[in-house]
Amino acid sequence: MENHKNTIHTAAADSRLPPGARSAPVAGEVKLPPGVSAKEFAAALALFRQAVGAEWVFTRAEDLALYRDAYSPMWDEADERLASAAVAPDGVEQVQAVVKTANTYKIPIYPISTGRNLGYGGSAPVLSGSVVLDLRRMNRILEVNERNASVLVEPGVSYFDLYRHIRQKKLKVWIDVPDPGWGSLIGNALERGAGYTVSPFRDHWAAHCGMEVVLANGDVVRTGMGALPGAKSWQQFQYGYGPQVDGLFSQGNAGIVTKMGFWLLAEPEAFRACRVRVPKYEHLAPLIDTLSYLMNSGVMNSMTRLESPLLYGIVIGGPVDAGVQALLARGATTQELEQYGSEHSLAYWSAPLRFYGPAKVVEAQWEYAREKLSAAIPGATFDEEPVVRFPLSDAQAEETLDPASFGVPSLVAFGMGARSPTNPTPFSGHVWFSPVIPMSAEAVMECQRVFITAFKEWGVQPLGVPLPQSYHPRTFVQIYGFPVVRDIETNKKNRDIFRRMIKLAAEHGWGEYRTAPAFMDDCMAAYSFNDHALLRLHETIKDALDPNGILSAGRYGIWPKHLRKERT
Amino acid sequence: MNARAAVVFLIFATVFAASSQAAESADIQRGREVYQYWCTACHGFGPMKPGTVALQTKYNGTRPAMLEDRTDLTPGLTKYFVRNGVTVMPPFRKTEIGDADLKALAAYLARPRKLRK
Repeated sequence: MENHKNTIHTAAADSRLPPGARSAPVAGEVKLPPGVSAKEFAAALALFRQAVGAEWVFTRAEDLALYRDAYSPMWDEADERLASAAVAPDGVEQVQAVVKTANTYKIPIYPISTGRNLGYGGSAPVLSGSVVLDLRRMNRILEVNERNASVLVEPGVSYFDLYRHIRQKKLKVWIDVPDPGWGSLIGNALERGAGYTVSPFRDHWAAHCGMEVVLANGDVVRTGMGALPGAKSWQQFQYGYGPQVDGLFSQGNAGIVTKMGFWLLAEPEAFRACRVRVPKYEHLAPLIDTLSYLMNSGVMNSMTRLESPLLYGIVIGGPVDAGVQALLARGATTQELEQYGSEHSLAYWSAPLRFYGPAKVVEAQWEYAREKLSAAIPGATFDEEPVVRFPLSDAQAEETLDPASFGVPSLVAFGMGARSPTNPTPFSGHVWFSPVIPMSAEAVMECQRVFITAFKEWGVQPLGVPLPQSYHPRTFVQIYGFPVVRDIETNKKNRDIFRRMIKLAAEHGWGEYRTAPAFMDDCMAAYSFNDHALLRLHETIKDALDPNGILSAGRYGIWPKHLRKERT
Repeated sequence: MNARAAVVFLIFATVFAASSQAAESADIQRGREVYQYWCTACHGFGPMKPGTVALQTKYNGTRPAMLEDRTDLTPGLTKYFVRNGVTVMPPFRKTEIGDADLKALAAYLARPRKLRK
């Protein structure tokens, strides 16, 4: 990451606190759910205690402070999203009991899995006053099927949990991990999060197979083959019979997922990390087109991303060449930059290529990829790391500098904004702006032009260096990070910029694939084809399944009828 | 205190001390497990651990970057940071680190020098 002087609207630490410390939990009256009287809330809490045990119902201010979204860009503001209570069940029957009570007293509840979706959300509800349904205690790994490379888990199971289980049992299966290793497999998949290994496993929603869901009326539904009593293939066949309804429960609020199956990657024999470098600006089009072909034809089964060693350094956020800085400062032409790059061995563009599979196949795939890239791009050069063979030893897994590529969960990404030699004043968190753009040179250049122009006009520069990543096989996600600090005015300014970016992106046909609670309404509003027909469909479904509007009100911009605002 | 009473007292005191030490060891042992489970991903050894990098940057060698190597972490300090977070480190809920586990974790990080390897 670049020095934070180059980032937008950072603020000094709160002088009332120890350096870097968060503000202490706020003592005060317990917040009531909207429209619920103190008497009704007390009655509901009593039933919650009866259902899950008194020690697992949290109402004290110091306990509820733990449910604040630590990365909330509305921290300490009047409209920060806060829980009125938290309830932590330990089984589907307890979840059903909580749902029943919530319906009786019209209590809004907000399920979380591990509550570590930081940067896109956390353990706080979208609607202030909701009771958080903390599913962390439901952390059972119910089955790992090594022969079929699949798993069935509860929502409290983190990537760390499953990884430790697999290594302990020496199973020959991999999980694909996202950036937050402490995240929930279920939570991340429901958010449609992504990782870094092989398609389709790195699209965590695409790799799911079968769900168990508690509906708003308390009914328990199993999707896919799980609807067949005694089914033998719940985690093997995604569709079952009839309409596939699983999508209702991703980025939505139609139910509480209590079990979910996933396909795992059977441990490959070998891996090779390689890189292509190309010298000229105009090589962007053949580079992206060739990489797309390699991915879409199955030659390269992993993801890639676009890099510019010349403009940004090979490591995103790494040191920028001083000569390039001088050229950019005086408005050098593309040809001058290319010439400088040629003289200093700095490619204009580069991209990683990673191959998983049998060692012989990996070698052949890389050889073919080199041939295709060489034919398409004169002057392309290549780097290659030694072949890695699996399984990794415990020491290798612990010491690797590229854990995500090996399905090893970590928290490396949380170095973003943490104190480091290049970031002496740490942030309190971050939020991600993540529009989806086409996988083409034209789209990449338009996106760069549009946003860089806007940043100059607005006088801002987001975190890091935004270059596109191919989490999904046919698109790029262009991620920009915004710091969250403990300064209200700074956060307000950044939220304003974030919202301007959502609108600007939408004007160019780019929409977010995921976002934090503060921006869920804004992102949903951008998906407005035919007078918001898709949102109106969501609302129709919401009203039918959850007439009391008790489940995750406002999540992904879908509100129950009684809280729905007039759209403008 | 007569001789018999003194012997009884000594036996009692010895048994009490032994059980107290055993209780402390169990706490510290549990605390080590809690640390391994919850803390090492950020505060373990190496350049890939953001917490260790942050503390190395902050203290620049004047204090150990690894929390396990610190001898100045009082139980109160550990409990404060776990329940309040600091910079990009979020607080931990009681469904994650319960009060008993937090007590054990704090005891582990404050363990006497003689119990350190």
